[in-house]
Parts: sequence; structure tokens; C-alpha cells
Amino acid sequence: MLEIKNLCVQLEEEDKQILKGVNLSLEAGKVHAIMGPNGSGKSTLSYVLSGKGGYEVTEGSAHLEGNDILEMEPEERAAAGLFLAFQYPVEIPGVGNMTFLRTAVNSQRKLRGEPEMSAGEFLKVVRAKAKDLKIDADMLKRPVNVGFSGGEKKRNEILQMAMLEPKMCILDETDSGLDVDAMKLVAQGVNALRDGKRTFLVITHYQRLLDHIKPDVVHIMAAGRIIKSGGPELALEVENNGYADLLEETA
Amino acid sequence: MVMDDVQVKDGVDAQTVDAVKALSGAYKYGWNTEIEMEYAPKGLSEDIVRLISSKNEEPEWMLDWRLAAYRRWLEMKEPDWAMVDYPKIDFQDQYYYARPKSMEEKPKSLDDVDPKLLETYKKLGIPLKEQALLAGVEAPEGERRVAVDAVFDSVSVGTTFQAELMNAGVIFCSISEAIREHPELVRKYLGTVVPVSDNYYATLNCAVFSDGSFVYIPPGVRCPMELSTYFRINAENTGQFERTLIIADKESYVSYLEGCTAPQRDIAQLHAAVVELVLLDDAEIKYSTVQNWYPGDENGKGGIYNFVTKRADCRGDRSKVMWTQVETGSAVTWKYPSCVLRGDDSQGEFYSIAIANNMQQADTGTKMVHLGKNTKSRIVSKGISAGKAQNTYRGLVSMHPKAKNSRNYTQCDSLLIGDKCGAHTVPYIEVKNNSSRVEHEATTSKVDDDQLFYCRSRGMGEEDAVALVVNGFCKEVLQALPMEFAMEAQALVAISLEGSVG
Ligand SMILES: Nc1ncnc2c1ncn2[C@@H]1O[C@H](COP(=O)(O)OP(=O)(O)OP(=O)(O)O)[C@@H](O)[C@H]1O
Ligand SMILES: [Mg+2]
Repeated sequence: MLEIKNLCVQLEEEDKQILKGVNLSLEAGKVHAIMGPNGSGKSTLSYVLSGKGGYEVTEGSAHLEGNDILEMEPEERAAAGLFLAFQYPVEIPGVGNMTFLRTAVNSQRKLRGEPEMSAGEFLKVVRAKAKDLKIDADMLKRPVNVGFSGGEKKRNEILQMAMLEPKMCILDETDSGLDVDAMKLVAQGVNALRDGKRTFLVITHYQRLLDHIKPDVVHIMAAGRIIKSGGPELALEVENNGYADLLEETA
Repeated sequence: MVMDDVQVKDGVDAQTVDAVKALSGAYKYGWNTEIEMEYAPKGLSEDIVRLISSKNEEPEWMLDWRLAAYRRWLEMKEPDWAMVDYPKIDFQDQYYYARPKSMEEKPKSLDDVDPKLLETYKKLGIPLKEQALLAGVEAPEGERRVAVDAVFDSVSVGTTFQAELMNAGVIFCSISEAIREHPELVRKYLGTVVPVSDNYYATLNCAVFSDGSFVYIPPGVRCPMELSTYFRINAENTGQFERTLIIADKESYVSYLEGCTAPQRDIAQLHAAVVELVLLDDAEIKYSTVQNWYPGDENGKGGIYNFVTKRADCRGDRSKVMWTQVETGSAVTWKYPSCVLRGDDSQGEFYSIAIANNMQQADTGTKMVHLGKNTKSRIVSKGISAGKAQNTYRGLVSMHPKAKNSRNYTQCDSLLIGDKCGAHTVPYIEVKNNSSRVEHEATTSKVDDDQLFYCRSRGMGEEDAVALVVNGFCKEVLQALPMEFAMEAQALVAISLEGSVG
């Protein structure tokens, strides 16, 4: 599904390298988790994959189903099936959450040459999905993320994901800031989208989320590189011992 | 229930994005109508004033009023306090009267109007037919209808639904017709809100105005449909000087819309209008404008110089006026729709979106003059600057000694797109009693890259993303517009910002 090869990224503004040769191969239908110390480059990886400005790819490649996504505009990547649940979802004052969602759904459909979703159908679908995530009508009406609590913002990201039905989902610390119940809801939301083909890259600091969303592979990222990959047990190891041993091992 | 609400608003926004796509390409109304015209000789003089008056078959008193204004104007100086910069206007190098030849003989009904003119308005999305219409939408029978007065260069070419309105006692006609047919009303109110000597452009307008709209709503009448005037400048080197007078008698209500466009030309053109609103006890007027005059090209060549004086006089107790404006066009805009809150408990509201892109300059705002007790005013101004444009909000809130217990709330937000444009806020506040309160909030922000990226990462193109964010910024004002206008305005917001990113 997603093939990342020797991805090297630096900041456009200053000569600072953040990703130093990331290699990842995500097969369709699998859940991969990335853990790693603060500042190791996890969010940067997710931003570069989804096309945020300000970064320069100096080497390497990223292909989604064989297509070079680094050449595409962010909206084209989205239409191609890539989705990022932001670590810090952005507020858009004055724009209703519902309007935003519908514009997003229909923009993607247009880019793919598909017919738009009618207002009626959209409303039906969004109501059902919002209900699953315990997002009430009021939150759908309010401006995008404005005044949402931390947990509400994260649930809203998952709602967007559920509406857009992407092929490749990247979740950047969707669990942080969630209470125990909300975490379960979000995990259920994610699990409901697992259909054997959809692929997930879950960035997290905690084993808790991985209790609910069972990963197939766990990667450890440090200083802009994947320093170790393994099974679910790797996450437990980090949970118990921290990163010190792992960092030493690879130093 | 709540969700159904959402659906309605949702529809509006979705339409924006579609409209943007459908209309991509710059100024949509830049074409001109090939039509035989009749001009008064170029330049300005007493003779021209007399000529305009005689073309309109005006009574003596009107001519005298014009001449007095003209003599006054000769002694006045062009104001220079606004934050706008444009080459000196040569008042002798333009035409003050231009009318289609076919209008020489006043058409008896809409059926007699020159097909070319009818075609022009149809193409503008304002078919002059007596059925539901506006913004290019011809709604099926039974839905909301809008009566239109169509002003083409110096003359009104037709007014729809006059007979039906007359049944309700509402007079809706061109001002030239009103001067002939309803002199008692015109004489009583003309120039009482904006005095002849008010300001340079208003005085000029008094001397040379050629047409415009007149509305009278009798006591206790709620106008059965929305009224609107559509101004089109077509002729070259011609100034348009229109005059609008609306009188809302006791306990009456009217919602009035104003639209304007002009062809794309290299030479700037002058538009100097005066709008007077009179409100008696318990009357209410909603006045909405979507101003989309040709803004000039991206290098600042051509465009309309828009110098407008608009004022509402809330003479009656408990009267209420609401100005809503979406200013997207014109090379230079100088415009301050104001409210004189004379009656006790009267209220004035001003909602404004002013967009300046490329080389456009806008200096706009409002004046709220509180004279009566317990008067209230509210100002919501959203200024958007892009390209190399300069956008100034200039507002006066004045609480007079007798305006006890009065309130004003002002919110003034500026949004910058790019780093070559400017936003300026110039509030003047005078409070001369100690029971009144004035609140002023102002913010300036930039269209945030993170917001744009967030939208794009969800599949929206860059321009759609800007349109969405900007429409969000303008939301409170867009909501103050009548539904049909809101859609058009949203689309306009998006179109005027085209090319402002990337
Ligand atoms: N635009 C930027 N300007 C300056 N430094 C940046 C920028 N973007 C990323 N960095 C730096 O790059 C490094 C990696 O940041 P990134 O956000 O990817 O880390 P992370 O692994 O997601 O951390 P966390 O676990 O705290 O979320 C950090 O040192 C960060 O300060
Ligand atoms: Mg991060």
C-alpha cells in the first residue's frame, strides 16, 4: 500500500535535517505502529507524506499503491486515499463542521471523477457515523474544531476519516488527550474501518491504544530513522523500559 | 430540528465552492452592450445641469435645487482625508448623461423596453420579468419574488411589479418618475437626510444625478416583496450619479437590495451616489448591497471610482435600520453608510465585508450618531486584503449628551492574504454623556497556512480552501444578508480572491 524508501527531509527555511533515511513498507490491510521519543520526527513524517509545505525532500521516495505521492498536491494525495488524523487539529472559525465535511467529501469525489454525494445522503451518513463516535448534533453544527475540547477534536478527526473512507490512514497521537472511554470509542471507530484492505499507520506514545487497536508491526523511530521494527511485543518493551536500551543498542 | 437547520446553511456553502468553479475566470460582468447612445456634451457646467433636468422633464423647483447645489459644489474642495490614492479626476473630461437612444420615448411597459436592454439584464442574471428572480435564479411561481428597478447608465429602463406593489400602497419607481408623479413626497424628504452641502461628492450628485430609485412604504405596511435596484454602467467615459430615496412610514417594513456591475475598461470611471433612508416611528428598513463594480486590472488600470454617501435617518421612535454591504468591486471605494439615531429607542446596525485584491483601495466604514435616548447600534466589519491592496475601516460612534443609556458594540476584524497588502482601522469614538457605553473590539489576522493545509489534506483545492476560510471569517455578515444574496455574495467573495494565493 505505502512504500517509503530512504526518505530524507530537511526544513526549507533552515539547513536542519529531520528525517534521515526512513524506510517503511506497509502492506495492504495491516496496522503498523510507530513509537519514538519526542522530537524524533514522527509528525514530520506524517506531514511530509500528506504534503505540508515547509519541508524539502532531499532523497528517497514514497509511493501509494505504486504512485509517487511526493509529486502530488496535498488534495491529490487525499483523493488518492491518504488521510492524516492530525496531532493538533486546526480550528477554522465560522466554517460549520458539517459544511467542512461535505466540502471535503465532494471535493475528493470530484477529483476522482465521481458524482457528488447528495445533501440528503450525506446527512444520513454523517448522522450515523457521528452517533457511533458519540458526536452530537451541536458539534456538527459548530465551527470546525473551534472551542472543541482536546478529546472532541480527536474524535472529530476520526469522524472525518470515517466519512472520507481513505485507503491509507495515518493517525498522529490520536490517543493523547483522550479519556478512557473516548479512547475506546476512537479505537472502535478505527477497528470498524479495518476491512482487510485499509491500511493504518498509528503514531503513539502509549501501549494503551495498541491494546485496542492491535498492530501487526511496531516500529521505533529515533532521530529521524526507524531504528527497530518488531511485533506487538516491541511496544510492551518500550512501555516497560523506555527508549534508553533501544537507543543504546543501535548507537 | 437542529440538524435540518444545518442542512440549509450547508447548502449555501456547498454552492460557494461550485460557484467558484463554474465562474473561474476573473471579472464576470466585464462585457459591454453595443447599443446606440445619446450623450449630453462632455464636461460639467450649469448648462449640463439644466439639460439633465430638462431630459427628466423636471419641475422648476427641482432645477433650482440642482443649480443651488452646483454653485455650492464649485466652491467645495475634494476631500483628501481618506486612505486612498488616485489620479486627480478631471470633471470636465467626462459625460454626465448617457441614455440609450431607445429610451428617448419612455416605454409604456416592460414589453416596450428595447430588447437589447432586456437582454443585458438577462445576461447579468436579472431578467426584467415579473416572476421570482434574483442572482440568476428564476424560482418557480409562488416562491419569494423580488421587484427590480433597472438603471442603465443615466436612466431607469424599467421597474417590475409596480402595479402589484401599488395595490399594497407601496410606491416603487425611478426617482425621475417620482419627481414628476409624487412631488409632494420627494420635496418633503429629498436632501433632508444628506443635506445638499454634506460633502463634495454628495453635492456633485445633487447637481447632476440623473436617475435612481424611489420607495415609499405607507404606514403599517409590510412590503409584500423584496425591492431591488440593479445599477449597470455601460457607456465609456461616463459617470453614473444615482440617487435613491426610501421612506418607511410609521410601522412599515421593507427589505431592499442593491447590485451593481460595469464593463471592463482601461479608463477609470466615476460613480458618485447618494442614498437617503427615512424611518418614521416603528419603521424598519433592511438595506443590502452587493457592490461589484469593475475593480480594474491587476496592475490597477481602469475600474470604478466609487464615492458614495449613504445615510439613514431614524427619525421615529423605535425605528430600526440595518445596512449590510459586500464590497468586492471598484478600484477605489469611499463609502460610509451611516445611521442617525434620532428617535428614542431607535437602532442602527452595520454589517460589512470589504474585499480588496490586487491594486484595489477601500476606505469604508460607518457612522453611528446617537441622538435619542436608549438608542443602540452594532457594527460588524470584516475587511479582507490580498495582493497589494489597501483596506481601511473608518468608523465614528458618537453619543450625544441627550442620548442617555445608549449602547454601541463594534467588532472590526481584518484578514490579510499575503504580505504585500495592508489593513488599517481608524475608529473615532465620542461619548458626551455618562450613561452610555461603547465597546470596540478589533483583530487583525492572516490566512493561516495551517488552516489551508488542513483543508487541502482533506481534498480541497487551494482556492476552494481560501474561499472556505474567508467565507468562515465573513460568516456573521453573510448571515445578515437575505438568503439569495448570501449565495451570490459567497461566490463573489471567492471570485474576488482568485489568484490571491500561490
Ligand atoms: N517547521 C519546523 N521548524 C523548526 N523545527 C521543526 C519544524 N518541524 C519540525 N521541527 C523539528 O523537527 C523535530 C521533529 O519534530 P516532530 O514534530 O516530527 O517530532 P515528533 O516525533 O512528532 O515528536 P512528538 O512525539 O513530540 O510529537 C523536532 O526537533 C522539531 O522541533
Ligand atoms: Mg508529533
